[in-house]
Amino acid sequence: MPFIPHTDDDVQHMLQTIGVNRIDDLFDEIPRDLLIDELAGVPDALSEMEITRLMRARAARDGAALNFIGAGAYEHHIPSVVWDIATRGEFYSAYTPYQAEASQGTLQTIYEFQSMITALTGLYASNASLYDGASALAEAALMAVRANRKSKSKRVLLAAGVNRTYRRVAEAIAGTQGLEFDELPRNAAGTTDLDALGDAGPAPVAVVIQQPTFFGTLDAIDRLTDWAHEQGALVIAVVNPTSLALLKAPGHWGALGADIACGEGQPCGVPLSSGGPYFGFMACGEKLVRQMPGRIVGRTTDLEGRDGFTLTLQAREQHIRRSKATSNICTNQGLMVTAATIYLSLLGLDGLKRVAATSQQRTAALVERLTAIDGVSRLFGGPHFHEAALRLPRPAAEVLEGLAAQDVLGGYDLKRRYPELGDAMLVCATETKTDADLDAYAAALRQVLGAA
Amino acid sequence: MTEPLIFEKSRAGRRAFAQAPRDLPKTDIPAAFLREDTPLLPEVSELQVVRHFTRLSQLNFSIDTHFYPLGSCTMKYNPRACNTLALLPGFAGRHPLGPESHGQGFLACMYELQDMLKAVTGMQAVSLTPMAGAQGEFAGVAMIRAYHKARGDDERSEIIVPDAAHGTNPATATMCGMSVVELPTDEDGDVDLEALQNAVGPKTAGIMLTNPSTLGVFERKIVDVAKIVHDAGGLLYYDGANLNAILGKVRPGDMGFDVIHMNLHKTFSTPHGGGGPGSGAVGVGKRLMPYMPLPVVGREGEGSDARYRWLTEDDLPDSIGRLSGFMGNAGVLLRAYVYMRMVGRDGMRRIGEFATLNANYLQARLKQAGFRLAFPERRASHEFIVTLKNEAKTLQLTAMDIAKALLDYGFHAPTTYFPLLVPECLLIEPTETESREALDRFVDAMLAIVEEAKQEPGKHKEAPFTMPVRRLDDVKAARQLDLAWRAG
Repeated sequence: MPFIPHTDDDVQHMLQTIGVNRIDDLFDEIPRDLLIDELAGVPDALSEMEITRLMRARAARDGAALNFIGAGAYEHHIPSVVWDIATRGEFYSAYTPYQAEASQGTLQTIYEFQSMITALTGLYASNASLYDGASALAEAALMAVRANRKSKSKRVLLAAGVNRTYRRVAEAIAGTQGLEFDELPRNAAGTTDLDALGDAGPAPVAVVIQQPTFFGTLDAIDRLTDWAHEQGALVIAVVNPTSLALLKAPGHWGALGADIACGEGQPCGVPLSSGGPYFGFMACGEKLVRQMPGRIVGRTTDLEGRDGFTLTLQAREQHIRRSKATSNICTNQGLMVTAATIYLSLLGLDGLKRVAATSQQRTAALVERLTAIDGVSRLFGGPHFHEAALRLPRPAAEVLEGLAAQDVLGGYDLKRRYPELGDAMLVCATETKTDADLDAYAAALRQVLGAA
Repeated sequence: MTEPLIFEKSRAGRRAFAQAPRDLPKTDIPAAFLREDTPLLPEVSELQVVRHFTRLSQLNFSIDTHFYPLGSCTMKYNPRACNTLALLPGFAGRHPLGPESHGQGFLACMYELQDMLKAVTGMQAVSLTPMAGAQGEFAGVAMIRAYHKARGDDERSEIIVPDAAHGTNPATATMCGMSVVELPTDEDGDVDLEALQNAVGPKTAGIMLTNPSTLGVFERKIVDVAKIVHDAGGLLYYDGANLNAILGKVRPGDMGFDVIHMNLHKTFSTPHGGGGPGSGAVGVGKRLMPYMPLPVVGREGEGSDARYRWLTEDDLPDSIGRLSGFMGNAGVLLRAYVYMRMVGRDGMRRIGEFATLNANYLQARLKQAGFRLAFPERRASHEFIVTLKNEAKTLQLTAMDIAKALLDYGFHAPTTYFPLLVPECLLIEPTETESREALDRFVDAMLAIVEEAKQEPGKHKEAPFTMPVRRLDDVKAARQLDLAWRAG
């Protein structure tokens, strides 16, 4: 019996103690006609050896193609230490630290994580994580509505560079509470059209600014932040943690700084793994802490005056406040947070800067190689972080399929969410890509396009 | 034993040299976009990082080190193979937006996982995308809402929730823009049918139920409950927190539920990870299929010609939408898939049977030892409730005190003070993976603590005594907020 330790003797002894004859007697309160005899549709058990063989074959089938897709999830080097330590049973198989005295390892790790996110975002406090970057934006929008009591609006304005998939997620999660999302116009540089701000319509409750933008371009964060505050809106920053080693922290945007920062934590030591588990992070200014969703860890003292860590501000949460809670969230992404805290400890600021700057430089080098091919050109000028949108002479789907046939995953087809951009794709090269990799991509693209 | 903060070990100029790129290229990003301050990340060596986090891990209780009978959380053994196989390079390295041609292995696992979950729950279709139980609940109630709206039934804005429910249930209803109607429980732990009959009406959108309930007993009148709610035009939502109790024995779909969420991190043994990642797949009956959250995995062709692909907005135009940036906690889903394949058809049934056997055995032993059960006349499901109302009065031994004292005996505490309607309660869930000896040792510890309290009433007010820290000042934590390390 996989993972069940009982011997026949145990079962007999236990049934006798309970005072029944058979295990089935323990189910005698269930209406008889609801009980099932057999579970069709589940195959017979496999041993570990058998399932290993199956999974290895399937993983091998998915291959190890050369990946140049970013679009919200980024391939970075993950030090061996990260998952070696994060999957220690004491982290892997513990639960939410309700019993603080027996969970100091998890609690201190979260406190250190909160400290790192606070430092990177330049804000006062961080929570213990949310599910992912997209759902973190939805929670940030709901939080802004709770916090911005002066505003009667439920309209959230999105800068032109906010990932449209994030918008869809925010609409699905926050739309049920009446929030509406509108996108500001984009200019020819792939950033928010500041000249159009005068026609932005009714005053919003919050303005969301993504930096770097979904296209890898850099938006006018200071002017947008100041403009949003003049409208009486709160500012929600969506940021990439790797980029924060170089780019201005949300807490320092404009005259007053962003009010809330959130984003996808995956670049910090979490494998791509088909989209999850990742983690969302969220930080905010001092005044908004009590509106923040999710777990928060605080440092305090024990009976003997020693420092220790505990879940705090629990009066915001569903298990206390029930229908009046800030969110229904309980579980966060603890294991991923452990990995990210180890990752950021190993890299430090200097290492993170190297990852960010090298990735930026690698993408620039890739763009140079690809735009040397006839018919391929940059869609947007101006400074970029580690992604860029490229115009193609043929539909991106066809081109990407041709590349995939050569085991090059060439980028993200922008037509999926940005049909107005025509035949275009978004490419990304991180520090993991060598000159030879970039050359291989350029050669494959040349071949697919039949270009000289 | 405590461990200094990683920041306190930091020394300017120290680095884990093997981990960062060799170069720090100069960027061409204009200064206006760059940060001028220096965010404080630690500067430490690789060995310091390894020691620090290894030591931190050792300050935790976990399933791998301790019996962890946390009620309603299903803290069963997490087989190591699930983790190893989910992290195979072909799976771990796959980009979520990579082409389906380079994901057939992964997608096949997801498709088969959907099928197995349909089989064990009796539902018609499954979406794997919700990232935790609470998000699965959200998806479920949002689907109920979409269903009524599509029928022009706009008045249905009330969700009925039993008073014993998890806090997430009412919180979810609110998040979906619904109002909450609370339903009392009768003295045997079943739903009060008369109160339910009075609560339903033209405003009823649905009811959220956990079965077996959070009181650790099976809802015996479930067929009547389903009929009353359906007759009133409402739908039934099944909170899968306690699915482990009935796995392979009875299915929510057969009980009349229209939509359910499953906690894969409970029933299907994916790691709890110190608080996540969870995974809250949803299953639906026919009526709610058009509204499922995206993406879902579809299959075209059979056998060796089978091709798997993501279903999108084009396939399900009435979907409630996307709840994650990509496709939910895919790596957790792979772990659940491996677990289900290793357990297999007969194993599924044994999970429900042995989880129930362990709970009833532990319940019987504690009852014989003199502890008072909240529902002494009922069978335990996979968990049960002990109330320390008497001990709190006579021995100054509250649920909190015994929880803390158990830590000194090497047991993680059961869930305390939940459900809210039983005073001084412990909700105890042993799971099927614990041996009879482990359960016996737990009973011995409970008895020893009571014996100590008899000798010295109030002795455990300051427990635990042997943990890395003593009881922590929660009031101070909330009043003098210290949420992040700051230099100087």
